Amino acid sequence: MIDAILKPWPWYVSGPLIASVMFFLIFSGRNFGMSGNLRTLCAAVGGNKACDFFKFDWKAQRWNLIFSVGAILGGYIAINFLSTDTAVDISENTIEWLKQYGFNDAGNAYLPERLFSMEALSNPKSLGLIALGGFLVGFGSRYAGGCTSGHAISGLSDLQLPSLIAVIGFFAGGLLMVHFIYPLLFA
Amino acid sequence: MINTIKYLLTGIAFGIIMFKSEAASWFRIIEMFQFDAFHMYGIIGSALVVGVIGMQLIKRAQLNSFSGDAIVIPPKAKGWKNYLFGGTIFGLGWGLAGACPGPIFTLIGAGFLPLIVVLLAALAGTFVYGMLRPNLPH
Repeated sequence: MIDAILKPWPWYVSGPLIASVMFFLIFSGRNFGMSGNLRTLCAAVGGNKACDFFKFDWKAQRWNLIFSVGAILGGYIAINFLSTDTAVDISENTIEWLKQYGFNDAGNAYLPERLFSMEALSNPKSLGLIALGGFLVGFGSRYAGGCTSGHAISGLSDLQLPSLIAVIGFFAGGLLMVHFIYPLLFA
Repeated sequence: MINTIKYLLTGIAFGIIMFKSEAASWFRIIEMFQFDAFHMYGIIGSALVVGVIGMQLIKRAQLNSFSGDAIVIPPKAKGWKNYLFGGTIFGLGWGLAGACPGPIFTLIGAGFLPLIVVLLAALAGTFVYGMLRPNLPH
């Protein structure tokens, strides 16, 4: 049992657990959506003075900010107390594919050093790339009205067509990035 | 106070699930877009099987929330442009940063401090969207 917790969790355990988190929030009278917190944070630091989109009662979203603080603490707990080896055992095909672009720690790490190590922060290119990625995530999720949690999990669970369109967009964008833009960025 | 603890604990559970499922790993996201493993599809797919069945139960049995109120799931606004364009932009970022908003928080907690840059950039992206919103097709 302890051993099973310390190892990576299989998909058939993780997926239903994610759905359980969503239902717990729904039965609490809330909804499951992480990117909404980005809008709330923008409003909380004075964005409401900049434009109408941030003029809303952000304090009503306090529960979700607390949920995010929990998500941060959960990461701390998971890596320090619930993991022995954090190397992600991805497929050989992906490892080979990544190595041709210089991601040599593929298969041996949780995140690639080339983008997410402290040394990478002092490299203008990798710093610029992760900042660009984050910018697109923030811009796109708000434009689409939700991210993976709000559309791919909550919206699709409720069989909502707009969420299906958004998720098709998520995959179109991801495939475009990995298959067509990576060769330009990392070759 | 009790609510604060409730949402904090639920968030902690979510963060642990994101990390332990490896859905927070950049490598898993690349592998997903390479169609090289079932793992991420299994996570999203099994979450949806449970999610769809649960939603139908809530609606058909007209279940109430913990506090006894009717459960209302607000429908998303009609349309397609903002979902398709916004979704594609999000996907480009997801493929590059390898993290969606939930895992960004979790990875910061796990000590991957460069994710703070990703979070600040995501806030900037959200802010710029707010400013440009009146001029974008929805």
